[in-house]
Amino acid sequence: MNDSAIARTQSKACGLCCTKLESFGVTIGKTEILRDINLHIHCGELTALVGPNGAGKTTLLKAILGEVPHSGTLRFLDIKNCHTRKPLVGYVPQKLEFDPGAPISVLDLFSAGLSARPIFLGHTSRQREHATAILSVVQAEHLLEKRLGDLSGGELQRVLLALALDPCPDLLLMDEPVSGVDSHGRELFYNIVSNLRQHYDLSIILVSHDLVMVSRHADRVLFIDRTLQCMGTPREVFSSENIKRDYGYVYQGGINEKDSPLNKHSIKGVGA
Amino acid sequence: MESWYFIIDHLLPFAWTHHTFMKNALLAVLLVGPMFGIMGTMVVNNKMAFYSDTIGHSALTGIAIGILLGFQDPLWIMVIFSIFLAVAISLLKYYTTASIDTVIGAVSATMVALGIVILSRGGGFARFSRFLIGDLLSITPREIYLLIFAFAVIVVLWTAMFNKFLLLSVNPILARSRGISVDLVETLFCIIIAVIVTISIQWVGILIINSFLILPAAAARNVSINMRDYHVISVLITLISGIMGLLLSYYWSTATGATIALVAAAFYLLTLLLKPRFA
Repeated sequence: MNDSAIARTQSKACGLCCTKLESFGVTIGKTEILRDINLHIHCGELTALVGPNGAGKTTLLKAILGEVPHSGTLRFLDIKNCHTRKPLVGYVPQKLEFDPGAPISVLDLFSAGLSARPIFLGHTSRQREHATAILSVVQAEHLLEKRLGDLSGGELQRVLLALALDPCPDLLLMDEPVSGVDSHGRELFYNIVSNLRQHYDLSIILVSHDLVMVSRHADRVLFIDRTLQCMGTPREVFSSENIKRDYGYVYQGGINEKDSPLNKHSIKGVGA
Repeated sequence: MESWYFIIDHLLPFAWTHHTFMKNALLAVLLVGPMFGIMGTMVVNNKMAFYSDTIGHSALTGIAIGILLGFQDPLWIMVIFSIFLAVAISLLKYYTTASIDTVIGAVSATMVALGIVILSRGGGFARFSRFLIGDLLSITPREIYLLIFAFAVIVVLWTAMFNKFLLLSVNPILARSRGISVDLVETLFCIIIAVIVTISIQWVGILIINSFLILPAAAARNVSINMRDYHVISVLITLISGIMGLLLSYYWSTATGATIALVAAAFYLLTLLLKPRFA
């Protein structure tokens, strides 16, 4: 598994592999949280999910992960191997709820996730090298021996990002990954994520309220409130009259024109 | 067993090892100790101290059911009952919105009350007080074979499942995103704890069984920064406090289980003082 993960990290995004959501919906109890979402997400794309609180953004991620049941279909189209399958999903939570007193080192977490060899026996040098290599992608190799509870918020999120990248997923889901992190940590995190597109064969879905960062880094923005309200480049979505009228409060003052990327990305693969 | 007696007679030619019951008890301590040492680390990580305590206390009802059904040795009924309880608690956790400590507290109170009501029928509860305190010195060679078997099962299960248990203990959503069937692994863990606690109860005692599980792991946690240290220290503490407790109880004529628990508690206090160095 380790070797294939490393091999995949070296293969660049082809831009053709695609995760498809068709008539995707989530109903919990009698409450319909999401309905009729149709999406194509291509590899090599950073898609930002924005919308008001309670719009169902986190629920959409959880449904893709399989945490909550959904209607409709979720398929991954693998161009290289010419078949469809369930996508391999990596996940970076908003805030990892864990016990900060637990004696679990970063290396423990990696080895537990990647091998069946029980980690109370210690680690092989191979496991150590492998974890260091993946951590270096997120500039966190110096954290290898640290205890999880001793990491800062930004460090922990980078470690979780590295963990989600190994084995390399088809789809990387991030739920407000840096909401509690200082501005330097946020900047670093977004730069790393933005670079992943060039080096990894995966698509990224990011939930964020940080519209400045979204405008700067995202290829595509999905505005969600119960269903897909609007989709396009950051500039298109944030200047859409409907969005301004109905949801102006969501991003009022949050977006700065000079931070908006020029309209360099066309809307590709929109809808089914 | 003969070879064990032979080894002890030659390696430890002391007054206390002259008694066969002490040789048996020593072997039992060497088996129960590491088993509880490695299980305890995960119980503490998962914040399941209250759960394991409940399983221990609920053994009263297991005994009562065994007696009602007319078994002289209620062990198997107790084990089956504990598995039933472990599954029931897992299901309750899944299907109710009440917080988990409330659910477990309710189950614990009900089971203890039910057990006492059945066992005290006709005023005969005193007969069962040995289950409350436990008697390690009464362990028979046949029961030691059972412990060896349990020990082997734990080693196999922990080798196969430990990393899954660990990821689950860090965060269930993270575990699920890495392809672990969370509910299944969690229920399996609850069942293992329930079975091992239940078969150890008659030697350790309902009142203190949980201290065997919790104290060494809690002590080890204070002075370790990774999983290997955590386990090595936890097993060492169970072994040292087991042997020291056994000897002290022999010379003081006290209940063995409780004496061992006291030594483990001393280790806990000691590591609590050392903790700032490891924080």
